[in-house]
Amino acid sequence: MAKVMVLVGTKKGAFIAESDEARKDWSLRGPFCNTWPIHHVIADPATGAIHGAGGNEWFGPAIWTSKDLGETWTHSSQGLAYEAGKEPVSAAWSVAPRDGELYVGVQPAGLFRSADGGASFEHVEGLQQHPTRPEWNAGGAGLILHSIVFDPKDPQKIWIGISSAGVFFTQDGGKTWEPRNKGTRADFFPEDQRYPEFGQCVHNMVRAAGSDRLYQQNHCGMYRSDDGGESWQSIEEGLPSDFGFPAGAHPRDPETLYLIPLNGAEKGRFVPDGKAAVWRTRDGGRTWADLRNGLPQENAFFGVLRQAMATDRMEPAGVYFGTGTGTLYGSADEGESWFEIAQHLPTISSVETYVID
Amino acid sequence: MEIGHNSGDHPVVARLQGVMVDLFPGSTRRVEMSARTVAEMIDELDRRWPGMGDRIRDTRPAIRKHMNVFVEGERAKLDTEIPRGAEVFILTAISGG
Repeated sequence: MAKVMVLVGTKKGAFIAESDEARKDWSLRGPFCNTWPIHHVIADPATGAIHGAGGNEWFGPAIWTSKDLGETWTHSSQGLAYEAGKEPVSAAWSVAPRDGELYVGVQPAGLFRSADGGASFEHVEGLQQHPTRPEWNAGGAGLILHSIVFDPKDPQKIWIGISSAGVFFTQDGGKTWEPRNKGTRADFFPEDQRYPEFGQCVHNMVRAAGSDRLYQQNHCGMYRSDDGGESWQSIEEGLPSDFGFPAGAHPRDPETLYLIPLNGAEKGRFVPDGKAAVWRTRDGGRTWADLRNGLPQENAFFGVLRQAMATDRMEPAGVYFGTGTGTLYGSADEGESWFEIAQHLPTISSVETYVID
Repeated sequence: MEIGHNSGDHPVVARLQGVMVDLFPGSTRRVEMSARTVAEMIDELDRRWPGMGDRIRDTRPAIRKHMNVFVEGERAKLDTEIPRGAEVFILTAISGG
């Protein structure tokens, strides 16, 4: 029987929720990583290791690694650093596995690679050398590299998202990069400068399963790209706002995407009207349905952060999200109905899944 | 203060907090060594427990903003000299929420 794990990063440590393939009864373990702020927790299916990306005000950045599903952990920041004199790396914000390697996004924004399972890291320097680098501005959480998207066919191609520098793309393994923001808005710039080459505040970017399609939730709108980010089309019509943080791609259907629109950037960043809903499209963003069954429909004043939603690969797919107020919600039926997996956790930064057959 | 005979030509003692020792299995809260400056002390700690240096100093390089190193009761910098026989306290600052 499959084991379904939900990996949770919080302001005070990592947690692991576990269930079987029914995803009805859940248990919770944690906090792990010595209660450090952990911004992202993932599992590498190639190695079975769990990795947490974080940073502590006292001790700096580190990638935490567990090779026994969370029982014991080690940490390392060897090589996870800029050269002397530069603003030091303060935290690791995202970690993404590919073919036995780990890619790590950090603050201030940069990309690192580990070929030894998180024991040591090397800087993917090309990104820092981009001519726009001196003009990148920090978003509300700092200048962070949060989204790392691979091309399943071509290992040289990587898309990254930086708040608030925008989306950048490499097709030579990270040596050279180009902005990929055409069609995405920056409403926080003067009226005649709202479609710049870079500087957009991308909040989260995901790849549609089995497809070249990308989706992104931006500070200013929701978007789809069918050409590798060369151009983006707004898919926000039919949603209650243009603002939100996470985006969750269905594990098999490229037309299905989950978003959690919030009431607005300057209005508290709550679920709209105090009523929680996950919004789902089944047609690539042309139409949307609100999914509320089991979610609080009065006096709900929480937000959901950029990496705090994920799907699992079960049939039907599970969908999970964690709130700023520390509640972890799940659905075992593609969002039709929801249940609480855990509550009273620290502020949830990230949610990912790991299924072991 | 008693310092063992294996502490080299400039014996000093590093005093670590439990929160640091917890990060490095096998490390101890009292560490005897030879070191003439805070930087040398951090290098020696890192040699014994790889990675510990990163937890105390950043890559500017400087002692991390929310870490405090005290030599003879004064907040020290990396180049602060440590008197022979001194105890050096490596502490987390008040921080967090």
